[in-house]
Amino acid sequence: MRVVAAMSGGVDSAVAAARAAEAGHDVTGIHLALSRNPASYRSGARGCCTIEDSNDARRAADVIGIPFYVWDLSDRFHDDVVEDFMDEYAAGRTPNPCLRCNEKIKFAAVLDRALGLGFDAVATGHYAQLRTGDDGLVEMHRAVDHGKDQSYVLGVLDQHQLRHSLFPLGDTTKPVIREEAARRGLLVADKPDSHDICFVANGDNAGWLAEKLGDRAPNHGGDIVDSASGDVIGEHSGTYGFTIGQRKGLRIGRPAPDGQPRFVLDIEPVSGTVTVGPHEELAVDRVTGIRPRWCGTVPTRLFGDGVTVQLRAHGGEHRAVVTVDGDQVGIELLDPAYGIAPGQAAVVYDRTRVVGSATISATGRVGGPR
Amino acid sequence: MTEPRITYLDHAATTPILPVAVEAMTTELAEVGNASSLHASGRRARRMVEESRETIARALNSRPGDVVFTSGGTEADNLALKGIFWARRAEDPRRVRILSTAVEHHAVLDPLVWLAEADGAEVELLPVDGRGALRIDALRESVERDPESVALISVMWANNEVGTLQPVAETVALGAEHGIPVHSDAVQAVGAVPVDFAASGLDALTFTGHKVGGPYGVGALLVRRELTVSALVHGGGQERDIRSGTLDVPAIAGFAAAIEHSVKVQDGHATRVAALRDDLVGRIAEVVPDAHLHGAAIGPERLPGNTHLGFPGCEGDSLLMLLDAYGIECSTGSACSAGVPQPSHVLLAMGCDEEQARHSLRFSFGHTSTTADVDAVVAAIGPVVERARAARR
Repeated sequence: MRVVAAMSGGVDSAVAAARAAEAGHDVTGIHLALSRNPASYRSGARGCCTIEDSNDARRAADVIGIPFYVWDLSDRFHDDVVEDFMDEYAAGRTPNPCLRCNEKIKFAAVLDRALGLGFDAVATGHYAQLRTGDDGLVEMHRAVDHGKDQSYVLGVLDQHQLRHSLFPLGDTTKPVIREEAARRGLLVADKPDSHDICFVANGDNAGWLAEKLGDRAPNHGGDIVDSASGDVIGEHSGTYGFTIGQRKGLRIGRPAPDGQPRFVLDIEPVSGTVTVGPHEELAVDRVTGIRPRWCGTVPTRLFGDGVTVQLRAHGGEHRAVVTVDGDQVGIELLDPAYGIAPGQAAVVYDRTRVVGSATISATGRVGGPR
Repeated sequence: MTEPRITYLDHAATTPILPVAVEAMTTELAEVGNASSLHASGRRARRMVEESRETIARALNSRPGDVVFTSGGTEADNLALKGIFWARRAEDPRRVRILSTAVEHHAVLDPLVWLAEADGAEVELLPVDGRGALRIDALRESVERDPESVALISVMWANNEVGTLQPVAETVALGAEHGIPVHSDAVQAVGAVPVDFAASGLDALTFTGHKVGGPYGVGALLVRRELTVSALVHGGGQERDIRSGTLDVPAIAGFAAAIEHSVKVQDGHATRVAALRDDLVGRIAEVVPDAHLHGAAIGPERLPGNTHLGFPGCEGDSLLMLLDAYGIECSTGSACSAGVPQPSHVLLAMGCDEEQARHSLRFSFGHTSTTADVDAVVAAIGPVVERARAARR
């Protein structure tokens, strides 16, 4: 196959490209320029979007012995990922821009361009496994390294996208990948993993949003209200700085009457109110999802052994009953989950297989939605 | 996969080194001697430098004392702009304006931006017409608005992207009316069109080795001895006290050999590469009817080896990548400093929109180009354009 290997400049995508080439594919390395004004050098442990990362990717392609180009997708990335990120926070939700980027950029804009240019597939360094099922459909499964598994952020891919994807790392653990990178002479072998949101340079999400949202912010301050007493117990400098389940950074002056720590329960951008309360009030067992994306056959109702949902990146699996009604996905959790934020994705699994995903629009608890 | 034959059509980026330059360099590489040393070895090295200086001066009709060796075109441009600006402003603090064009190379634009941001210069980048040629009326208006305040005018001889020759003679005449020095970046012009420093009336002129078949990392600024220029690089003062650093004798020898040769054969070379260029433009038009030439019409107002074509509905980056897979090497013509392709500032200044600025390719011919190169492009361009269009849909 003719394969485009998306190379971030990090160790995973470098090894993925090397493995694709070694498997006999005709591989071309591509670095995606996603930032309109790339910084020259990394600050801290981040690993993408700088000129240094582009150079690292280029050197890895040299070592592997494949052609290398930079594709400028900064406008598409800005429109489809960064703008969406800002809109979602402004609306009091907590988006996951990595899913959005996979859905709209890596496996859409890049894939479409690659197919147009005569390539057959896009390879990335994501940790997930693809295999063909009995029905002939391509299935996506969790990676063998459950600690690194990235099937959650790929849960937005449909059958067309999966058919044209390669994830060469899914059968290997991260330490082995690092060893392999070193053995292959890839200088990025000991480069730190990237964790934060790539376009928020210093990891200060709230600070970045405060600067970028400007007039689009629904508020630049408001009350922090305690759910138990209804009392105003503090002030904040913008609802976009909060996410459901957050504990740190509330800056509540005095301890709660019950002596328990407080967590963000609710965010109301219009009134500017952030409601906090004790941990047990975060519990939800009903999740509603919208904008579903299915990897293969669209299900109607999923239940029983092995049916789970994951509700945030690196979150746990929750046993669930999933009911699909057109664009609405109802999820009944068999055990309560805590700190579930609208805007995040609910990814549905059948054991290790990803069934699909939906964007969380509402959460609730039997006995009354909150 | 077998390696395809390489069709190299990016001579405006760099051109293969000439055998005479290799010979001159390799002879010198085996020698010892710092051109500033006083003993016999030093004198031998100095003699080679001075003979090279005289060779270059003869080729470009300047005085040997006008030649200041640098590390290349970028340093020569920096020296001209900053060095002349600082000296002229020191003589008269009213002289804070620098006038140039919107289509200069980054080696001129970026020093000007820096001078404006960090050093109080008032930089005006004057507009060009649809062919990419400086609008001399705009320059005249700008000068005459306040001639006393102009420290320097800098206008490139020929544009590196679209190949349009600039109105250097008119600019020099305008500068002379008001006693304003004029610099020209002639990196693309030397060896391609006749360049006569004395006849041009310029005060300073930039050129470089690797664009004419010499080595990388060496260039020069021709600058009239009477003009005061402040130094950028301080040290031993080797080059007229305005440029320091031990002289790279082998590179200078190779540079001089390449300049001498390329200027000597310039006329025949220009005729030959222009014929190849015209053949390419004509035959591409047969395969891709809506491909169109950017810049000046083919003729005396355009560099003979330059082809800059727009392919509607394509991304230049896609075209470049697809042609690269065929072994055909060209350029999108745009600056790519960050590895991130930017729409060309030259095309934008010529009135192209971003879409037009992104759908272009530059094929530039040089001394090793042959009809086989044209044939290779003509054979590949049809399917490549079709593919690139498919990638946009």
